[in-house]
Amino acid sequence: MSPNESAIGAAQPAAATSLLTASCPLPIADYKEIVLAHGSGGKLSHQLIDKIILPQFQNDLLAPLHDGAIFSLGEGRVAFSTDSYVVSPIFFPGGDIGTLAVHGTVNDLAMCGARPRYLSVGFILEEGLPMEEFWRIVQSMRAAADEAGVQLVTGDTKVVDRGKADKIFINTAGIGVVPNGIDIRPTRAQIGDQIIISGAIAVHGIAIMSVREGLEFETEIASDTAALNGLVEVILRVCPDVHVLRDPTRGGVTSSVTEIAQSAKVGVQLQEAAIPISEEVKGACEILGLDPLYVANEGKLIAVVPPAEAQNVLTAMRAHSLGKEAAIIGEVVNDHPGFVTMKTRVGGMRVVDMLSGEQLPRIC
Amino acid sequence: MKYLDEYRDEALANGIVSEIRRLVTKPWVLMEVCGGQTHSIVKYGIDRLLPNEIELVHGPGCPVCVTSLEMIDKALAIARQPDVIFCSFGDMLRVPGSDCDLLILKSRGCDVRVVYSPIDCLKIARANPEKKVVFFAIGFETTAPGNAMAVWQAHQQRIKNFSVLVSHVLVPPAMASILQSPLNRVQGFLGPGHVCTVMGYREYEPIAQRYRVPIVITGFEPIDILEGTLMTIRQLEAGKAEVENQYPRVVSRDGNRVAQDLVNNVFEVGDRKWRGVGSIPKSGYKLRYEFHAHDAERLFDVQEIDTKEPEICISGLVLRGVKKPHDCPAFGTLCNPERPLGATMVSAEGACAAYYAYGRHLQKPALAKAS
Repeated sequence: MSPNESAIGAAQPAAATSLLTASCPLPIADYKEIVLAHGSGGKLSHQLIDKIILPQFQNDLLAPLHDGAIFSLGEGRVAFSTDSYVVSPIFFPGGDIGTLAVHGTVNDLAMCGARPRYLSVGFILEEGLPMEEFWRIVQSMRAAADEAGVQLVTGDTKVVDRGKADKIFINTAGIGVVPNGIDIRPTRAQIGDQIIISGAIAVHGIAIMSVREGLEFETEIASDTAALNGLVEVILRVCPDVHVLRDPTRGGVTSSVTEIAQSAKVGVQLQEAAIPISEEVKGACEILGLDPLYVANEGKLIAVVPPAEAQNVLTAMRAHSLGKEAAIIGEVVNDHPGFVTMKTRVGGMRVVDMLSGEQLPRIC
Repeated sequence: MKYLDEYRDEALANGIVSEIRRLVTKPWVLMEVCGGQTHSIVKYGIDRLLPNEIELVHGPGCPVCVTSLEMIDKALAIARQPDVIFCSFGDMLRVPGSDCDLLILKSRGCDVRVVYSPIDCLKIARANPEKKVVFFAIGFETTAPGNAMAVWQAHQQRIKNFSVLVSHVLVPPAMASILQSPLNRVQGFLGPGHVCTVMGYREYEPIAQRYRVPIVITGFEPIDILEGTLMTIRQLEAGKAEVENQYPRVVSRDGNRVAQDLVNNVFEVGDRKWRGVGSIPKSGYKLRYEFHAHDAERLFDVQEIDTKEPEICISGLVLRGVKKPHDCPAFGTLCNPERPLGATMVSAEGACAAYYAYGRHLQKPALAKAS
């Protein structure tokens, strides 16, 4: 929060909540939408920060509202990651762009074996964004951060002209600490390693698609967006020697596994029948003409672990709420380095390769 | 999942494959007509389960692939106009015309939208009365009823700002054209399951008789395709040439009469140019005179566009089952889904694109050892 006017304490969460009511006495309620002046650095900017943002993210590191947050991290190596979030629609079953912005960066850190600690957030708001929607997003971010045990300690807000952004874009960057003895990177995948997925695939992509395309299914498919650092803790406790962790977001399971095969110069062989997928998602993929292996996940991870540890890791994952459907879906093999093959459900064999572009629905 | 998992069962698949092995005594060339079947075959590695005697060649039934370059150029010319909302099925968006594709036009600010049903365009047309909404009506007989319904409803409801750019193609003339060619190698067909859902399979009976070729109307799941193959081989080995129905859970001999009536009310049969193949007489649908007010080709004055296909790829031969994708020296090198040179690489259902997507260009390094 770059404005250096100290405002912490001026707005308690209770007061901020009343923003949602029509009788709200606060001046900011005069603005039902974001206007350019909310990013001007002047009074309206300060009001936005004081009344909407700060009440959610109060903590000691943010409190000074200095140009940056100052802290020490203690022992261990530091993991540092950033990601930008531009999802449309900004609200979807199971979450919104705010939850995604926290989970995404937390998960990127967790996939490095780090314990996520601090996040920054940059908002780019489009003029005209309803204030109530922004408020909901900020609240979601707070809830997601609390759940993941991270703090948002610095940030920035810009407003752009109508049409120059799609309602709201969020960037988050995060810092975490990698405990000593943990060494997780794609190049460590070794022949014989088992590939474990933490649960049913393709849920997030289909949840977004169903809203975006205005498709209604019998049961609503909610995004799987979740912070995975808790699950990673559990995995590392039983197997500190995990070789690789990946969260298969854009490009789905295919992209993550192919990237591992390419980085480590090993082959990967998947078993189609072992890959967990819910009936609803499978049905939606069939209707939409999409291959679930390429559809995004936001609350799943892929762990590549030594064969002797695989069963222990699987058992530990299944005991965690985010890993109940964990399954071994393949292994690292000596053959075809750099490529992923899959034994299909009917016993055939095929190569699984990354897509050239977006997966487009097929005509028939 | 009901109606899916049963048709992807490994034990069942093994049983059918064993039966095919038991029956087959000499080499046979079968063609699956539909792009959806090709996609399934390569996706599940079905051809690799079959005995070496059986060669599957891939047919012309990918509607996106066979839409002529000329028609794509017409679509691009229309989509470029500032007052147009151009709607299309998703996989047409990346199909290259002479100078760009619909996705590139979208990135340049043209209003190009993906729809799942042409009926959705009527909603868009009602919501945007100041715009001209154009739907790219491509496909075989399968998509014709939906497209006909959109035109019919627009006509009934006097939605004047909706039109269709029609590039419909028909399966039986294409099959006849393949069988008439002196280069033909096809001895039996896995017939088009979804086309026949609409049309029934009566019209395939004269083809089977005239050309002495078995045609088994076949579904799209792995077990469907294996069973269709078994039925075709059984006929070939017994010297028969009949139309059989492997897909009776969806297909009947007469098809969907209501849909056919609707199609006949809106469309009439006319000549059609196929990408990679050329013009085939009476192989497509055109809008009937009463619906010319919804004919984008007339409304936008693009009838004069006449693009020649580049003579650089062998997709015409691939579409007729004469060649396989990897018979082409450009396959996977000069020609790939990012920069397709011809028809069969442009859509996921095209034989070349399916081969590419499922790693057939990597065959030597990757699969030779794995299987």
